[in-house]
Amino acid sequence: MNEQEQEAAAEVTQPSGEAIVEMIDLHKWFGEFHVLCGINLTVHKQERIVVCGPSGSGKSTLIRCINRLEEHQRGRIIVDGMELTNNIKKIEKVRAEVGMVFQHFNLFPHLTILDNLTLGPVWVRKTPRKEAEETAMYYLEKVHIAEQARKYPGQLSGGQQQRVAIARSLCMKPKLMLFDEPTSALDPEMIKEVLDVMIELAREGMTMIVVTHEMGFARSVAHRVLFMDFGRIVEGNSPEEFFTNPQHERTQLFLSQILH
Amino acid sequence: MQETACNPEADTLKPPVINVGVIGWVRANLFNGWFNSALTLVTLYFLWKVVPPMVRWLFLDAVWTAGSEACRAADGACWSVIKENIRFILFGFFPYNLQWRPLIAMFILFGLLYYSQDRTHWHKGLGYAWILGLFTMGLLMRGGIFGLESVESGKWGGLPLTLMLSVFGLTAAYPLGVILALGRQSTMPGVRWLCIVYIEAVRGVPLISLLFMSAIIFPLFLPEGVSVNKILRAQAAIILFTAAYIAEVVRGGLQGMNRGQYEAADSLGLNYYQTMRLVILPQALKIVIPPTVSILISAFKDTSLVVIIALYDVLKTTKSVISDPEWLGFSREAYLFVALLYFLGCFSMSNYSRRLERELNRD
Repeated sequence: MNEQEQEAAAEVTQPSGEAIVEMIDLHKWFGEFHVLCGINLTVHKQERIVVCGPSGSGKSTLIRCINRLEEHQRGRIIVDGMELTNNIKKIEKVRAEVGMVFQHFNLFPHLTILDNLTLGPVWVRKTPRKEAEETAMYYLEKVHIAEQARKYPGQLSGGQQQRVAIARSLCMKPKLMLFDEPTSALDPEMIKEVLDVMIELAREGMTMIVVTHEMGFARSVAHRVLFMDFGRIVEGNSPEEFFTNPQHERTQLFLSQILH
Repeated sequence: MQETACNPEADTLKPPVINVGVIGWVRANLFNGWFNSALTLVTLYFLWKVVPPMVRWLFLDAVWTAGSEACRAADGACWSVIKENIRFILFGFFPYNLQWRPLIAMFILFGLLYYSQDRTHWHKGLGYAWILGLFTMGLLMRGGIFGLESVESGKWGGLPLTLMLSVFGLTAAYPLGVILALGRQSTMPGVRWLCIVYIEAVRGVPLISLLFMSAIIFPLFLPEGVSVNKILRAQAAIILFTAAYIAEVVRGGLQGMNRGQYEAADSLGLNYYQTMRLVILPQALKIVIPPTVSILISAFKDTSLVVIIALYDVLKTTKSVISDPEWLGFSREAYLFVALLYFLGCFSMSNYSRRLERELNRD
C-alpha cells in the first residue's frame, strides 16, 4: 500500500459516538507491583487506537484486561455494554465479541489451519460446521492465505501464521480486535504482509486497539495514539499531533528513542 | 575464474570401495580404532561361546512333543511341558470341556484390539462393536444363559484373566488418571487437595498391599452378607493404582503446555471443558505418550501380582504346572514360555505407541 492509499484508509472510517470499551479508574497489581495506575479510557466503535510505550509500562496488561486474560483489582471495565466481573458466563460472552491477536500467534498446532478457524464458531457460537468452513475460507481469502487451508501451523512461516491468527479471530465476527505486538516476533520482510492485512481491516471499519512499535502503521491508520509509561496513560493524541508535537518529556524521550 | 568446487556436469566419480557398502559399514562401526576393534573381537568371542549352545538347547536338542521321561533323558529344552499343559497354563481351572468359550472370547478381544489399531477405524460403529464384543465375552465366560453352562468367576484363570485385568484395568485407569491430573490443577482447593491426597497415598504403597487391602480389609467394611466378587476387587485395585501414576505423567504433560495455548482458547470464548478437550489435552497427552505407555506396560505385567489373593493369572498357572511332580525341574522352559507371552503383549503395546507417535507427529 502506498502513502495515498494509507491516508485514504484513515479517512474512510471515523469513529461513531458509541463507546465499546470503557475503563474507569482501572488499577491492577501483580502481587505488590502496581502495573496499572488509574487508567481512564473510552474507545468508540470503529475507532483505531495504537498504544505504545517502553516495556513494563503495562500496555499489554491493559489490553489483556479487556478480554479478562488479566483480572483487574479496582475500577471498572465495561465492554460492549457488559461489565467485566468474576461472572464466568459474562466473561465468555465478552470474549466471543473481542478478538485477540498475540505476539506469538498461538495457533493450535495439532489442528489444520481450517480447523483452527472453525473451532471458535463451531463450539462457541454453535455454527454448523459447513457454514463455519465457508466463513473460514472467506476470511482465509481475505488474508490471502486460502491455499494453505489444509496445512498445519508448523508448516507455515511466521507472517503466514500471524495472518491465520488474524483470520481466526475474524471468524468469530468480533466487535473489537485487540492486537498485542502482532509484528514483534516477525522477520522484517514479513512485517509488511501482516500490517497490510491490518490496514485492510481498518479500512473496513473494525474497531482496533493495537499495542505496537510500528509507528508508520500508527501514523497512517490510528485515530489516537496513546503513550503509556509506568502504568499510566501519559499522553494521547491524534497521530499528527502526537508525532509532531509531543507534550510530555517522557513522550519526547520515547519518540526520540524509537524513531531513528 | 575457473570453478574449483565439484562440477555437477563432470563424470561422477565413485568413492573408493572400502569406504562404502558392507565393508565400509563394518570398517566405520566395528573396527574404527583400537578400542572399538578390541570390543568387537570380545563381543564376537562372547557370541561364539553363547549362541551355539543356546540354539542347541532351545531348538536342536529340544524335545517338542514326547512325554516327561523322554524330556529327562534328553539334553535340550523340554517344550513338551508346555504342550502337555497348555490348556491349564492358558485357562486355569476353567472346566476342561468348556474351554472353547474363553478361547473364543480371547479371539474376539484380539480381533477388536487389532481392528482398533488403525485410527481411521475409530468411528461410532467401532464403539458399538466394542460394546457388543464385551457383552459377548462376558457371556462366554460367565455362561448361565443361552444354553451355556454357568461358570462362576472363581474358576476363571490363566490368560483370559490376565487379559481381562489388563485391558479393563488400563482402559479405565487412563481416563481416571487424566481426570485426577486435571483435578490436581484445579483452582478449587477441595478438589485439588482430594486429588493430591489420593495420588500421593496410592503412589506411596505397593500394588501388592492394595490387592491385600482389597481382598482382606475391604470386605470387613461391607455390610453383613454383601460380598463383592474377588476379581472385581482386584480389578478395582489395579485401576486405582495405575490411575495415580498416569495422573502424574499427564500432569507433567500439562505443565509443559504453552500458556499461549490456554490464552488463545480463552480469547475465542471457549469454556474450561472445551479448552481442555479440544486444545490442551490433545497436545499434552500426545507429548506424554512414551511415559504413559511405560506405565501401561508395567501395569500389564503387574497383573501377575493377583497371585497374592489366590487368583490364577497366567503366571500362577504356569508356576502350578511345574510344581506337578511329573514336570518338576522344567521351570526354565515354563518361565521362558510365559515370558514370551508377556513379551508379546508388552512389545505390541510398545510398537503401537511408537507407531501412534509417528502418525501424530506427521500431522
